[in-house]
Amino acid sequence: MSRRFDVVVIGAGPAGMRTAIGLRALNMTVLVVDEQAAPGGQIWRAVETVAATPTGQLLGAEYRAGADLAAQFRACGAAYEAQTQVWQIEPGWRVFLKCNGQAEAVQAAHVVLATGAQERPAPFPGWTLPGVLTVGAGQILLKTSRQIPAEPVWIAGSGPLPILYMAQLLRAGGKIAGWLDTSPSGGWRRALPWAGAALADWAEIGKGLTWLREIRHAGVRRVRGVTAFRALGDGQLQTLEYEQAGGHVTRVAASVLLAHEGVVPSVHMGLALNCTHSWNTQQSCLAPDLDIWGQTSQPGIYVAGDGAGIGGAKAACVRGELVALGIGLHMGRLSSQDAAARAAPVRKTLQRLLRLRPMLDALYPPRADIATPSDDTIVCRCEELTAGDVRKAVAIAAPGPNQIKAFTRAGMGPCQGRQCGYTIAHIVAAAQERQVAEVGFYRIRPPLKPLTLGELASLDINEEST
Amino acid sequence: MHVSMFKKLPEPGTSLLTLYIDDEPVEAEPGETVAAVLLRPQRPASRSTPVNQSPRAPFCMMGVCFDCLAVVDGAASTQTCLVTVREGMRIVRQLGRRSVHA
Repeated sequence: MSRRFDVVVIGAGPAGMRTAIGLRALNMTVLVVDEQAAPGGQIWRAVETVAATPTGQLLGAEYRAGADLAAQFRACGAAYEAQTQVWQIEPGWRVFLKCNGQAEAVQAAHVVLATGAQERPAPFPGWTLPGVLTVGAGQILLKTSRQIPAEPVWIAGSGPLPILYMAQLLRAGGKIAGWLDTSPSGGWRRALPWAGAALADWAEIGKGLTWLREIRHAGVRRVRGVTAFRALGDGQLQTLEYEQAGGHVTRVAASVLLAHEGVVPSVHMGLALNCTHSWNTQQSCLAPDLDIWGQTSQPGIYVAGDGAGIGGAKAACVRGELVALGIGLHMGRLSSQDAAARAAPVRKTLQRLLRLRPMLDALYPPRADIATPSDDTIVCRCEELTAGDVRKAVAIAAPGPNQIKAFTRAGMGPCQGRQCGYTIAHIVAAAQERQVAEVGFYRIRPPLKPLTLGELASLDINEEST
Repeated sequence: MHVSMFKKLPEPGTSLLTLYIDDEPVEAEPGETVAAVLLRPQRPASRSTPVNQSPRAPFCMMGVCFDCLAVVDGAASTQTCLVTVREGMRIVRQLGRRSVHA
């Protein structure tokens, strides 16, 4: 017999942990599976072991706050299985897992996708060279390994994360060679319509300004108005070339470059389940269509956290609370009056937490050439296809992303389009003079994560006949 | 000339374990991921690609780029950013296309 739970929660970050706690408070049986070795998601990576250490000190209070939730989660009575990947979900619902080379299908009445976000893939020439990583990767190395770039590091991109990471890195004694700021000028003018929200959330704004002050005091060189950059080197990053508005090009020596252009929801699982998604113009990404309880267009499939749209860790927790109440309602654990009464203050909190988001989106739009990379830029890292290769295929007919996939193999490598999906859609849209929202996205197929034949064979299918 | 890309901040009193990258012993701390360790040696590439044999190293550290693949204790194409180090673990750089025997 396969194991059966009221709810399977996928992901043990802020949203997954908070959902599980809420479901357990309503006495439901819950399994939480997560790819990482410990709960916390990306924002609170290794928080249980690191919060109380000197590294926890330099990462800041918001990071350390994750330790409380992780402790509540550990005590909530949900089954928790770490280093476990989900590779398929079938109606019913059957969630197919793999852990330690062993596959298993578990049954659930409801499934919560709490898979969070990933950094927006932002291709530039040379972004596949060893020595080029994302800012998120740099921060994860600091959290999980107390590991920092050995030589002064170059930071490129825009958004709150590079600013936070630079402040943390400086506190750790790291050195920054320079910050290539790609956010288009006029940020504050774009953000002006949300000035009211900014004033109401002054504490949040103040945090960002504190980080900027730390960076300025350390004398970090900030190169503004960077429109494009490329990484060069033989076998690893050696030289960085950047262009500023006006066309001036500068070459510098570099051993590590960390790049970042914001984060986007992880949508692969919801797309594979045929949940409807809409294009979010302001965040330039897809997000699932959800009802007021976080339920997708597929009854029984919910999304909690940044996977529902980028809102940050606090909003992710609150969305998790709402999903737990919604499932409680749908499973008859809560009356509709009770669920509504409990949800009302939670919704108010969520609204307050999301108030600042449009301003951040306006301040830090992704660099323009992400959508239109030069012909020599690799766009599909797995299959090593350049933007030029993809444009040639686009010229053959008038294909959508799935025909491009068939023509070129873009999106067919192990990452399954997690790195190239948006870029391909943008290239197709540009060539056909259409909106990227109209062009659509890859059709996502199982397995959601690569699976060996040995793992597949380990699946106990005798249960099918019972 | 190749230099190390990343280094660890010192913290006194931490315990160390030994694992092997291409048979060379490397020190690591309990709780680290294999991908983090792969970024420390002077030879920076942790694999080369099956398509053009171009060098790659861990890139995203969060399981979405698949550039940190290596052979871990005999299992090829393992996402090393999702694997925690263990004493005596044997890591082999995965060069080119993976072999069906691996």
